[in-house]
Order: sequence, then structure tokens, then C-alpha cells
Amino acid sequence: MKQTAHFIWHQERSLQGMDAIILPGGFSYGDYLRTGAIARFSPIMDAVVDFAGRGGMVLGICNGFQMLLELGILPGAMLRNRNLSFICEDRYIRVENANTPFTNHCEPGQILKLPIAHAEGNYYSNPVTLSALQANAQIVFRYCDREGKVTSQANPNGSLDSIAGIRNAAGNVLGLMPHPERGAEHLLNNEDGLYIFRSMISALEKHKTPQTV
Amino acid sequence: MTQDSKASPNIPLTSKIIEKHGLSEDEYQQILKHLGREPNLTELGIFSVMWSEHCSYKSSRIHLKRFPTEGERVVQGPGENAGAVDIGKGLAAVFKMESHNHPSYIEPFQGAATGVGGILRDIFTMGARPIALLNSLRFGELDLPKNQHILKGVVSGISSYGNCMGVPTVGGEITFNDIYSKNPLVNVFCLGIVKKDRLLRGLAKGAGNQVLYIGAKTGRDGIHGATMASDSFDDTSEKKRPNVQVGDPFLEKLLLEACLEFLEQDLLVGIQDMGAAGLTSSSCEMASRAGTGIDMDLVKVPRREPHMTPYEILLSESQERMLLVAQPGKEEAVLAICRKWGIDAAVVGRVTDDGFLRIREGHEIVAEIPAHALAEEGPRYERPAAPPQYQEFLQSLNIDTLPDVKNPAEVLLKLLASPTIASKRWVFRQYDHMVGTNTVVCPGSDSAVVRIKGTSKALAMTTDGNSRFCLLNPYLGGGLAVAEAARNLVCAGAQPIGVTDCLNFGNPERSDIMWQFIMAVEGIADACRTFEIPVVSGNVSFYNETNGLSIYPTPIVGMVGLIERPENIITQWFKQSGDQILLLGETKEDLGGTEYLKVIHSREQGNPPWLDMDREKAIHFCLLSLIQDGLVQSAHDCSEGGLLVTLAECCLTHPSAPFGATVILTQDRLRLDALLFGESPSRVVISIKRENITQVRELVKGFGVPSVELGQVTQENLDITVRGSSNQPVSQISLSLSEMGNAWHHSLARQLGTETS
Repeated sequence: MKQTAHFIWHQERSLQGMDAIILPGGFSYGDYLRTGAIARFSPIMDAVVDFAGRGGMVLGICNGFQMLLELGILPGAMLRNRNLSFICEDRYIRVENANTPFTNHCEPGQILKLPIAHAEGNYYSNPVTLSALQANAQIVFRYCDREGKVTSQANPNGSLDSIAGIRNAAGNVLGLMPHPERGAEHLLNNEDGLYIFRSMISALEKHKTPQTV
Repeated sequence: MTQDSKASPNIPLTSKIIEKHGLSEDEYQQILKHLGREPNLTELGIFSVMWSEHCSYKSSRIHLKRFPTEGERVVQGPGENAGAVDIGKGLAAVFKMESHNHPSYIEPFQGAATGVGGILRDIFTMGARPIALLNSLRFGELDLPKNQHILKGVVSGISSYGNCMGVPTVGGEITFNDIYSKNPLVNVFCLGIVKKDRLLRGLAKGAGNQVLYIGAKTGRDGIHGATMASDSFDDTSEKKRPNVQVGDPFLEKLLLEACLEFLEQDLLVGIQDMGAAGLTSSSCEMASRAGTGIDMDLVKVPRREPHMTPYEILLSESQERMLLVAQPGKEEAVLAICRKWGIDAAVVGRVTDDGFLRIREGHEIVAEIPAHALAEEGPRYERPAAPPQYQEFLQSLNIDTLPDVKNPAEVLLKLLASPTIASKRWVFRQYDHMVGTNTVVCPGSDSAVVRIKGTSKALAMTTDGNSRFCLLNPYLGGGLAVAEAARNLVCAGAQPIGVTDCLNFGNPERSDIMWQFIMAVEGIADACRTFEIPVVSGNVSFYNETNGLSIYPTPIVGMVGLIERPENIITQWFKQSGDQILLLGETKEDLGGTEYLKVIHSREQGNPPWLDMDREKAIHFCLLSLIQDGLVQSAHDCSEGGLLVTLAECCLTHPSAPFGATVILTQDRLRLDALLFGESPSRVVISIKRENITQVRELVKGFGVPSVELGQVTQENLDITVRGSSNQPVSQISLSLSEMGNAWHHSLARQLGTETS
């Protein structure tokens, strides 16, 4: 995609002038305690919180989403999947809000096929928070079936309101459980994830977000 | 054993103590010869594990020499932590398969998890980054709750460890038979990639070099695990639970990254994983391979708990530990990398030139044994072997006494729902099979395919074995496993380039078991030689026996194939309505040992199908050539369940859009059940574009391969018409995709009583 990416070590304190931050998936600290619960204490996280607070673009994927919840940058929490097992498979999600820096290349209601791979992706929040998410169009993706219908059957993990991804109120931070980076290549039979990365690039080109320090 | 491990090392060694260590009188005499004196208790413990079947291969080693281990591509053959083959562009694929059967019965979750941990370490010890895991599993039938418990535990153990490590579990196979109820099998395969010239080996070269210990602290877990794995089970086996280790995949992940950094900075002379027999085996094997000795001080070994005896420290099988050898002056850089990753590390000794494994505790020498005696000069047995009396009964199936199939559609549905054949999605959806973004063909096709980043190449991988065939005829069974593995790779468009194996058998002290072993090894060796695929690594697991009942002989073949260009990657499912379906190969009256006989007639008898190796080889050449010419849409190996199951799978397995097929078969002298459900080897169902049919049939003929046009791919329903040789109607099968799908997709979850969505 002709963009340069750098890894930043967890012990660092500076985000080194990046335009956007992606907290990727994985098993930070083995997820032995609670997903993302220890990673939030990494020295670099202060800089991430600060960057997000100043309107910087932050994308959290899977374990990255879980960290954003633990950090309180996004509201809510993750529970174990409804079936108590790890689930790895392609799933469909519906774009509920195409007016975000992460979805501006999508049509409203567009269906994306993306893999999920998690044991704790069962999103939960209290009713007040959920109402706020709904009211402010902060629910960006919902799990759906191939035709785009949001049903209990199409919800892989029991997530509240079939939530697959949410943004913060300001709109500069997105967390989602599916893996767009795993669906970004023809050889891997899936390019739907590119919509999200292309959206981010366009958004960055249009409105320079504050640079990290 | 635990009392012994705490006893004073200088207690007199009674014959009872020696026997409890699993050493025979004769073996004890050999120890005396090697030492020129009586061992102390610590030394006895060391000999006990190093000369156990698990570590010494004493019953199998002379037979394993039959395997062809050389070839143009072989970079590292058997004898190291793993084998390696050249895949071009300066890269090598490093792979190995290993068993973790005994611990997985006693503690399914941790047993399987630490099995994955062990095989991963075998790969990254060679300096290779692991990129794929597969596993072959055997369980008892699922109507017993205990078997469900073992399956669930094993699957979640594999899932937990592999997922956390970020190494995708991309494939494997599972079959069910009650013979595995008290001896389930967990065989794990791992493959990694390394620059050919950076391959690391387990060598303690260079007297004066530093010996470093890194990774987890040593605890009291798993003491004598290797000895446990060298004995049969009885009803008290539950008590061996403390012998099972506990895994820490996150620590292993850190260890992996640290080891690859050592390699990057060229800091090591040698490295070895502390697997079975822990610190003992790693140190004496590294010294033995290099013809050196090691002098080590246990006081410096990081420990989890106080007051551990030398016996316990040396025999602990605590997981996630490595032993390294580095030149003086480089140890500080090694320690710095360990600090960066938060791993314990210490210099614990040095390499010597006197050939002794010398263990100190401070100033006191607690053990002193020639390293070579431990690692290489253990007992070797050519144990008596003879076919069992029951062999004749097993092979004596008069097929004419069984009625031919009346309702093939019903039989097909039953077979599709048989757990051995049914979809394994319930299992593989718990494995992260995509992490790392390399998995081109996910679980559910004949082989998994993983691309090699930075090249246009991909590797196909499969693990196969049919233990019923091996029971009925171990020589044929061994050969058929190799043939099926190679065929699975070829169906994915890959050229087979290397084999690893995991040979699971009963008690080698029984002549019938030893006969099974020798025959199976010969079968594998002959097939590998014919197909020109070298065996580069492997593992033997004996004593899979409980209360005197042995498992079926279960050699599992892990095979790796190379695909040069991504457009040659082929999957098993039909692609497009209107494509023509062709069967390569011939169907014969091969019903012996089939899944059909087991499921429908409750018989596990007969002679397995004959393997014509030249025919098999011709099919490989032919299919690869067709694929490279871009003529093949799909290719699926015909195996368990026969032709009808193969066709049903071609219809059902497309990840998003299933297809149907309309097929016409001619019954020519064969029984109907043999035609539909027989398991003749060397057969592949392919689909091709309609316009290419004439060209393909010509090409196939040119390879001397028989082929039959079966019909065409449709939108829905599997419709099969069987006609007699004079065209009279014999049988008509018509099943909807949803009927077949319901049987095949959800059977496993249904039997496990879990949700399927």
C-alpha cells in the first residue's frame, strides 16, 4: 500500500512521530490474566493514550481492541466467547457507519468478509454505555450473515448487539475483533480488509491528524 | 521414583532400585563397564533416562537404518533436533514430527500443549522460524464420555499453545477407533524456515566454550517423563499425572524470539532444546555429537524451588528451557538479549575435551559419565519378531459372505457422518490457522499450503496414516501411508521433497509388536525409496499399551511438498458448474480394512488394497504435469470412504459455495460396494474445464495412467447413476447438498454435544 510501517518496542516511551498507531492482534503476555490486561501497563501505552486523546488515529485489532478497552480509550469489556472456545474462521460484518476515518472507502451497509481468531471477543457494556454507542453511531461493525442480516446465528461469540467493532466518541479510535490484515491479499483469497487500510490512508491524506511524539 | 529422587545419592543401589529405574540387569552391567565402577544414584537416574526407549531408540534404531535419508535437497538428515531440506533461494525447510501420547492420556490439555511446545523448540533450535503446525490424533470412539473428554482436552491444549505462540495450526488428521480409548495418540508436526547457511546444530564444539542455560527455571515437574513414556499403562496410570509437565507458551514465544536474535547476531556455536530428560539429554547429546565433554555446575542453574537434589535438577522436564554453547566473549551478548526478552539465563558450565559429562554441585562432583556412552552407546536390541497367530484371522475375510450394498445413499450418509470421515471443523476452528498471513490453503483440503514470504514459492504439508491397514498388513500399511501423503501433496500441486515420521506402536518386547514395527518400517522405506523422497527426521513411540492391550500399529507419515508458483496451488473442492469430472487411476475390489466395512458391517478385517508403487508414481507425475499446464480446477485424493465419499467432499468442501455433480458409473465385474466405497489407492478425482477434456485425456494416456470420465459439476445435488456393463440400470443415488452437508458438517459437534454455528 506504499506506506511505511515501524514496530515500536513496548519499553519505549515515544511514538516516534508516526501518523497513525495500530495495536495489532496477538497474545500479549500470553493473555494469562485477562486479554490486554497487562499490556495496558506497558511503558509505551502512556504515549498511546496521549496520542489518542489529542485526536491521533489509533486502530486496535483483536488483542489491540482488547487493550483499548483495558486502557479505557474505548468503553466496555470483553467476555469469553459464548461457546467458551477459541474461534478462527471467516465471518461477515456489516459497515454500520461509513463516515469514519476507518470506513470512508466503504458504502453504508456494505458487507465485508474477514477472519476472526479469538477466545474473548464477546463484547459487553452496561445498558447506558450501549445506548450511547448506538445513539452516537459508535458501533462501526456488526456481525451479520452473508446477506447482511444481523442475526443471533451470525453472531459468532455472543457479542452484545452483535458488535464487531466500535469507535470512540471523537471518532479517531477504532477497535475491532476481526482481522483486516488477514484479508488484504489476493493470494490469501480475501481483500476486504483493504477497505479499512485504504480508508485510513485517505483520511490521513485529507486531514493530517496530530503527529505522535 | 520421587522418593529415589530425594534420597541421598550415595545410598547402596539395590536390585529393586535398579529395576524401578527401568534398567535390566544386563543394562546395569553395561553401565558398570562404561564407568569402571558402580554408579551413584544420580548417575543411575541419568543412565535410566538416557537409555530409556524414548531417548535411546534401543529397540528401533537398527531398523530405522532402512530409511532412505539422502537426496539432492537434504541439508540435514536424521540425528539432529529436526531435519532440513533445500527449497531454493538459499532457504531450507526444517521439520519434524513427534509424539506426546503418554502424557496426553494422563492429562490431555497439558500433555498436548507441551507436545506442541516441544516440537516448536525442536524447530527454532535449528535457527528456523516456525511457520506451520499440523497434528495427527487418534482417539477412542466418541460414545464413551471419557474419550470426548480426552478429545476436548487435547484440542484445547493444542489450540492454547499454538495460538498463543502465533504459529498457525494449518492441518492434520484425526481418526477414531476404540483401540485408542486408553492410549490416545497425539503426534505433532512443525515446519520452519531458515537461511540454509545459518542452520544451527546441537553441537558443543570447542573446548573452553561457554555453556549457557536459558529459559524457564527448573522445577520438580516431569521428572522421569521419558521413563514414563517408555512403559505401558495399567489402571494406576492416573497416578502418573505429576510426571506431566505444564506449558508456558508465552515464555516459549520469548524464547523463540531470543533464539532467532542469537542467530541473527551469530552468537552461538550450538544449541539444543531441553526436551525429554531435560538438562541431562541436552548436555550429553551436544557433547557426544561434537566429541567433547561438558563440565557443569548445578548451583548456577536457575531453579523454581529450593532444596532440589542434583537428581531432580538433572532429570526435571520443566518446559521452555534451552542449552546453548557460545565462544568466550560472546556470552555477554547472549545474556543481554535474554534480559531484553525477560528470560532467565546463566552460564552454567564449559565445554571440555575429555569427553565426560561432569556435573558438580559447587565443588563436589555429583556425576561423571562419558557423554558418548550416554548418548550413543546405549543398549541396542534386535528384538525377536514374528507375525502373530491372529494375523491369519485378521486377513481372512471372505467378502462373499457379506451382502452387497442395497441402499448406497443411506450408506453414504452414514459414512459422511462417521467421525473419522466427517468434517473436522469443530476441531480446526479452535486452532488459529491463519496467524502470520501465510496460509493459502486452510484446513479442509488434502494438504495445507503455506506461502514463503519474499519468494513466489509455497509449501504443502500433510500427515497421514491408516492404522487399520497397518494392523491387517503392516508392510502395505506403511507404504500406503507414504503413498497417500505424497498423493495429498500432489493434489495440492506440490512436488514431495521430504518425509518425517512418527511411529506409534505397542510394547516392543512382544514379538508380534516388533514384527508390526519392522514390517511397517520396511513398507515406509520401500515407498520412500520408490518415490525418491528422503526421510529427514522422525520419532518412535513404543509402549502404547494398557493392561496388555496394544494400539493398532500406527505409523504416521508427515510429508512436505514444494510449489514453485502460486498459480499451481490446487484445492480439492469443485470450482465451477459445468466442469468435467475425471477419475485418475483404477477402482478394484478393495474392501479389506475399509471404513465402509467397519461402519456398515462392523468388520475390521481383510487384506488392505495392494499398492502398485509404479502406478502411484505415474499418477503423481501425471497430475503434477496437468497442474503445471494449468489444466486442473480441483484435485482430491480418494481415500477413506472411497469414491462416493470423495465426490461428496468435492461437492461440500468449498469454503463459501458448495457444488453438486451428476455422475455416471459403470459397474464392471466389481461388487457395487467396492465400486462406490472401496479404497483402492492411487486414485484422484479431478475436475477440468469442459474445453480441456480431450487434451487432458490424451495427456493422461501418455503417462500410462488409466482414467474414467465420471460426469460433470452442477449447481446442486449429487446424482449418481450406476449402469451395468451392458448399460442396464443398476443403482441410482440422489442426495441434496443439504442432506449430505447435514451429515458431514455437523456430525462431530453433534457427537460432542456442542453447538455448531
